[in-house]
Amino acid sequence: MFSAYRVLDVSNRIGWLAGRLLADLGADVIRVEAPGVSIDSADWQAYHVNKRLLRLDLGTVEGRCTFDQLIAKADILIESSQLGEANARYFEWTRLKKVNPRLVQVSVTPFGREGPRAGWLASDLELMAAGGAMSLAGEPDGPPTRVTVPQSYGWAGGQAAVGAVTAIVHRTATGLGQRVDVSAQSAVILASSHAAAFWDMNGTNPTRCGAYLTGRSIKGARYRAFWPCSDGYLNFIVYGGPAGRRTNSQLVEWMRERKAALGALDGTDWKRFDPKLATQEQVDELEQPIAEFFLTLTKREFLEEASRREMLGYPVSTIADIAHDPQLAARDFWQDMPRADGSVQRHCGSYAIIDGVRPPLRHAAGEEVGLDALMDEFGAGPQLRSMVKPERQFL
Amino acid sequence: MSAVQQALAGVKVAEFGAYAAGPHIGKMLATFGATVVHVESRSRPDGFRLEYPPYKDGRTGVDRSGCFAIFNDSKRAVTLDLKNEAGVALARQLIGWSDIVIENMRPDVMARLGLGYEEACALRPGIVMISSCNMGQTGPRAQTPGFGSQLSSLSGFCGLTGSPDGPPQLLYGPYIDFIASTLGASAVLAGLDRQRRTGQGALIDLAQYESGLMFIAGSMLDYHRDGVVAERASNRDPNAAPHDAYRCRDGQWLVLSCWSDAEFARLAGMIGMPGLADDARFATLGARQANETELSELIGKWSVGRDASEAATLLQAIQVHAYPVNTIADLFDDPQLGYRRTWRRRRHGAVGDLACYFSAFDLSDVPGDVTGAAPTLGADNEYVFRELVGLSCEQYADYQGLGAFE
Repeated sequence: MFSAYRVLDVSNRIGWLAGRLLADLGADVIRVEAPGVSIDSADWQAYHVNKRLLRLDLGTVEGRCTFDQLIAKADILIESSQLGEANARYFEWTRLKKVNPRLVQVSVTPFGREGPRAGWLASDLELMAAGGAMSLAGEPDGPPTRVTVPQSYGWAGGQAAVGAVTAIVHRTATGLGQRVDVSAQSAVILASSHAAAFWDMNGTNPTRCGAYLTGRSIKGARYRAFWPCSDGYLNFIVYGGPAGRRTNSQLVEWMRERKAALGALDGTDWKRFDPKLATQEQVDELEQPIAEFFLTLTKREFLEEASRREMLGYPVSTIADIAHDPQLAARDFWQDMPRADGSVQRHCGSYAIIDGVRPPLRHAAGEEVGLDALMDEFGAGPQLRSMVKPERQFL
Repeated sequence: MSAVQQALAGVKVAEFGAYAAGPHIGKMLATFGATVVHVESRSRPDGFRLEYPPYKDGRTGVDRSGCFAIFNDSKRAVTLDLKNEAGVALARQLIGWSDIVIENMRPDVMARLGLGYEEACALRPGIVMISSCNMGQTGPRAQTPGFGSQLSSLSGFCGLTGSPDGPPQLLYGPYIDFIASTLGASAVLAGLDRQRRTGQGALIDLAQYESGLMFIAGSMLDYHRDGVVAERASNRDPNAAPHDAYRCRDGQWLVLSCWSDAEFARLAGMIGMPGLADDARFATLGARQANETELSELIGKWSVGRDASEAATLLQAIQVHAYPVNTIADLFDDPQLGYRRTWRRRRHGAVGDLACYFSAFDLSDVPGDVTGAAPTLGADNEYVFRELVGLSCEQYADYQGLGAFE
């Protein structure tokens, strides 16, 4: 869908996903790294598959002159220069739009290009804190906690891709480029769903609740969310409502078939059960036989049987569980990319199926393109080289 | 409303979605000028209107929900009874009007209603349709129902959160839904752009599960390539130490991290212990990780003497990564978010002023905006079907008589 566009990606870790998403949509994405910079990390490889790699040193005058020539012929530039950094003026939109007025410049930074904290340093930890997400994860009496695998970069990169395509839609209508200013901190707020509404509407400040669901019973009962099973954990919650009623009835049916002890579950009328009115004692009585039953199941058993019975609930997958999930295999989610050294690397494929087909990944991570070849492809020949005059103060 | 024509002005969107995963796509498009029509019915309003708190002043009601309000500002709301032929007929007219259809029902529901992609193409050639559900439209578990709050477990996030010797931890709300909506918005807009350039439409099948995996793609490759299984590690990171949260004087928390020995030396100076930088227990990353508990105590002694905001400002002034852990309430006072006008107050039709979340990005020349608080149930029936779809006064009354708007 997006194969009409050329993208230059010089972002730092915070913006890597943006170019990957645009590549998955069909764009020709060129990732630029200085010569010698290592590209071996799993993150680099995973977020730069489907892009081509150009080695070019933007720290030199010559490198920047050359890069300007590529910018003149590109549709989208993704960069992460932050207020106060040496390269921030080189990436000023007022300069870039003279080089290419049709360019969409996507600036992905921790806090946005301007503002009182635009120059502050932040890694994933600070961004998950700044966007409020950490305050809602972890044990209630323990420290705020981040997801161990960085998430803020995904939130920022994902929003950057939306911003890029929004600006391209506008360009298609008007012919005009512009700058998209993305704040990772603002993007992380999305991770907290509707939490802000509690504060805005009623002055209630949501807090983290660990491994339990709280706030659903007017009698203060908390509901268990994570249950040990024979090879890990399950996520299951005694819900109310139509889907909860179906789930609870099916679970009891399943336990009955397995001749598991039902305890207080036996005789519970799910049509009348209302989680809002249950006391902790009642919840504990219901949960105790469920806990014993779940200990006899594996994660895969639960996943398949719960799915068959159209019950709510999923296992808590490890990375290995995900890698071997038949649902993903059936949808050809994984793609094996042959590499120059003869090995094969398995990647998450393109993120959506479009018109019945998952668009194949086209480039192995780190597949290099030479500068001359790329200049030819971009139509950035000698004529153009002499047309674009670098402005010395930015070199 | 912004004075300049917004980026997506003139883009017409019909949204057959409920809860978060569909409506949040529409919200992002509406923020940049698309006309987005959210379709519900009176007998079955969007579940976020009724099933979850908060409600204004704690009183339930279809037009009092914060959950609904936060994902549906800047839109139009209509009610159509899709169990009624007249309601379906109007849904078909709405699709004929639109450039984009967003739906997040279970697979096949739209087709059963006669509103699937093939029918939509016939009604509006070149239409772009996105179907977003838990597992995707195909595969052995396509029909599995599910909540995003639990799907965040299947896709690894909950298992990757918390202490290594404790249970997994919940993430707030349907965490993964917003990954899917973000990725879905980029796909649907790319489809729209192609439609504008070539006339060709698109059907986008987005699995929320698969979308989530894009946020842990590096860990997936680590496993496929080297057999490494990423595990939850509290707040630790392999490449930084210290890297944690610390309690402050005002009861708030502060996070800070050091990514080089030089950065740690600056931190050591700030906490009044410059000698730590040369101390064998803390001089290198490996040493700091090995003596993490001891180091945390020393930093904690400094942090409890200051408010979190003050501590972060002091540390940032000497180029040390730091930020106060914003609670949800703090997000409304954060100076950087304030500068970006992240929250925009708009008058709601039933509950007064509401703070609406704007966007994580903005455009330099044609900025987005929140054009209005979320609509009340069916608020725009007449406007949408008379002014946009083009029913005559008599036709509208006839449909009303047939119960189409129930």
